[in-house]
Amino acid sequence: MPAGRGPIPTHLELRAVSKRYGGARALESVSVGIRAGSVHAVVGENGAGKSTLGKVVGGLVAPDGGEVALWGTPVRFRSPREALDHGVATIAQELAIVRELTAAENVYLGVEPRSSMVVRRRELRRRYEDLCEAVGFGVPANAVAGRLRVADQQKLEVLRALARDAQLLVFDEPSAALSRDDVERLHEVIRSLRSRGRTVVLISHFLREVLEVADDVTVLRDGRLVRSGPSAEETEETLVQAMLGRSFDQSLLPKQRPEPGAPVLLSVRDLWAQGVNGVSLEVRGGEIVALTGLVGAGRTEVAEAIVGLRRLARGSLVLCGRVVRRPTPRRMLHLGLAMVPESRKEQGLLLGRPVRENAVLSVLPELSRLSYVRRGMERRAVSEVLGRVDVRAAHPGAEADTLSGGNQQKLLFARVLLTKPRVLVADEPTRGVDVGARRAIYELLGRFAAEGRAVLMISSDAEEVLGVAHRVLVMRGGRIVAELDGETATEEELVAASLLVPTGPDGVPSAASAGNPGLVPQACQNDAEVAP
Amino acid sequence: MKTVELGASLPDAGPRVRLRAASKGTAARLLGLLDLRRGGILVPFIALFVVLSATSSAFLTKDNLLNIVDQQASTLIPAVAVTLVLVAGGIDLSIGAVYALAGVASAHFALVTSPALAVAIGLLVGVAIGAVNGVVTTVFRVNSLITTLATAYVVSGVAGLATGGNIITDFNRPGFADFTRSSFLTVRTSTWVTLLVVLLLGFLLHRTTVGRYMYAAGGNAEAARLAGVRVYDVKIFAFILSGTAAALGGLIDASRVLSAESSAGTTLAFTVLAGVVVGGTSILGGRGAVWRSVVGVLFIALIGNGFDLLGLDPLYEQIVLGVFLILAVGLDAWTRLRRS
Repeated sequence: MPAGRGPIPTHLELRAVSKRYGGARALESVSVGIRAGSVHAVVGENGAGKSTLGKVVGGLVAPDGGEVALWGTPVRFRSPREALDHGVATIAQELAIVRELTAAENVYLGVEPRSSMVVRRRELRRRYEDLCEAVGFGVPANAVAGRLRVADQQKLEVLRALARDAQLLVFDEPSAALSRDDVERLHEVIRSLRSRGRTVVLISHFLREVLEVADDVTVLRDGRLVRSGPSAEETEETLVQAMLGRSFDQSLLPKQRPEPGAPVLLSVRDLWAQGVNGVSLEVRGGEIVALTGLVGAGRTEVAEAIVGLRRLARGSLVLCGRVVRRPTPRRMLHLGLAMVPESRKEQGLLLGRPVRENAVLSVLPELSRLSYVRRGMERRAVSEVLGRVDVRAAHPGAEADTLSGGNQQKLLFARVLLTKPRVLVADEPTRGVDVGARRAIYELLGRFAAEGRAVLMISSDAEEVLGVAHRVLVMRGGRIVAELDGETATEEELVAASLLVPTGPDGVPSAASAGNPGLVPQACQNDAEVAP
Repeated sequence: MKTVELGASLPDAGPRVRLRAASKGTAARLLGLLDLRRGGILVPFIALFVVLSATSSAFLTKDNLLNIVDQQASTLIPAVAVTLVLVAGGIDLSIGAVYALAGVASAHFALVTSPALAVAIGLLVGVAIGAVNGVVTTVFRVNSLITTLATAYVVSGVAGLATGGNIITDFNRPGFADFTRSSFLTVRTSTWVTLLVVLLLGFLLHRTTVGRYMYAAGGNAEAARLAGVRVYDVKIFAFILSGTAAALGGLIDASRVLSAESSAGTTLAFTVLAGVVVGGTSILGGRGAVWRSVVGVLFIALIGNGFDLLGLDPLYEQIVLGVFLILAVGLDAWTRLRRS
């Protein structure tokens, strides 16, 4: 419950803040006031702009438009350090602790009490214990930070911010990596911060958590503010509705139904790998299957296990009727499965190399004789495929990193399409891509499937999932927890399936894993024999 | 009071470098050696060349210039091969030791067998050590800096053991010297061999699929793997080439003086890497060119030649070289930083 009823001063205010990344709009004229001493949650779908909002507040990102006011005075943080000087600290998802040092040493790292060069260890410890007592939580001073559980490491981050006199703390998805018990501990920390007059901004996609700990909640959708108000007036359902809105993206296309008897091109049975806990799925020719769920639900892990970027613990994988025991990206490519990875920069492109070289990387042997690259053939292949995916690159000789996000993504599709795959795995194919390119990518996927090939698409975007996919598999905790029909399912059902934990104290799904176990995957050719 | 900012790493300090595209000459198109997108080393090289031509009458003569190149044979050959290793995302510090062992081995076998067989054995030494370097750094995932440092110690030790610390001389086997000392069209064989290796490796890096894969492996190994590139094989191949090239360097010098000793080549790795880096090939992988290393090595050679011709105190030579090295690497780091 909110602490007081009188006029509570606004600790920090965003005034018409906008932020763009390249062509993509992350925040559009968002105005929010954060009351002093409150816990203020920010919710929204993946990509709605909530992380960007947190970064603007924490000084990690400077807004393109609008201003940030602290206690009514406009401020402009140029670095997290400067924000901290003004009492604003960010507790990032990636914790920045020094694993080898003790709890107390971590908290006072860089500001140790010292006489000349020597750290005064006893004084350090005394200060640390005073701090823990003052804030009402802590970790044993001599515990080695690397051996602590994640929730305790988070506490160290919080203590570090408090030791530097932070008054406003931004938590960016703090509970994403936590177990159920640890989430409880984190909430205690947040409550105790509030009771000691600190202001907390909580970026989260766990609605139940938000309703439990927050005083106020701000809902974002597509970078815009939907509403901001007391959380007592919200329920999980009203939040979900606010997050989704009613606007349907007109860039979606009518879906072409897969043929009923189409062969199963990709079949995965009881797949186990790190982050994947027994996933079974299959994709037929002509079908687009979406794998969705929250970030961290194990979707990318499934894709990586299938293409061989992640070691399989067990499970069977059948591609076009051929059993693949040890998948590697190269082997899968030869067998007809290609992947467009989630991260263009880390897993996709050679940013410093020309567009041309990026496009043909997977098919160079076909464009060469005795290893000599035949540049005429290469040039023709590149211009043909770039036309097909509609990359408006300045020049095929330009470096890949001169392209916009959308064109970079299409360039990756170009590379993959040149390999003529039967099955395409696309991980977040439209992330960080503008509307025009988004439509082009949907068209590509649609055409690809219409040719009788199969698509396994990973996406967090509910509209995209329902607009593009024939079938939707929802993941949580490394398992598939629900299967929805892409034609009939509603966004509410989809979001409910991924957000709202239906049963079980430790996330054991109530729904059986998808797929009908009796079905034997068929070969790509129809004449292959089928088990009865 | 001082606060330390944790986790405030540079945003996206990946290999993002934007280079300005420029048109290429026809000769460059044919050979792919000249990738003129970034002049870099060419400007100081030409400036130094002009200055030396103007200040010393002995500089711009056919004999002097050919002499410089010929003296650099055993540096240039490993340098162009190490360029491929760096482009593919590795480093090779064992070239000095391989140079010594190959020299010793070929000098020894030149005493007992034919010169051609001695040369072949010397080269095989390089192939074998290169293969070991490549396999250890890829399959066993040991950082190549450590791998090649370790093999350098082992190889040096083997060379010392084999010779007992003595110099092996082949003065009674003049046939072994034909490999370098004979000449063709008034240019020495060793120079021709160097030219051949430069052209061959330049062609390999800039015109073949393997070359493309080297840039891919060094620029973004994860992306290359996902695109179906055999990253390990490509890297192992680069290490084999660099081992072989180092061995060829050792052979050339052993043949030239008709003798070899295990303590030779102790500074070769540093000289070679200095030339490659001054040329503008990145030690972080994915970026570089064969012609750059040629110009880089020759640039360093010109500094030495200039000190000789102008009668300057050779003690300053190392200082000048060190300063250029810092400038080259600093420039590389600075352009990366500015782009990110």
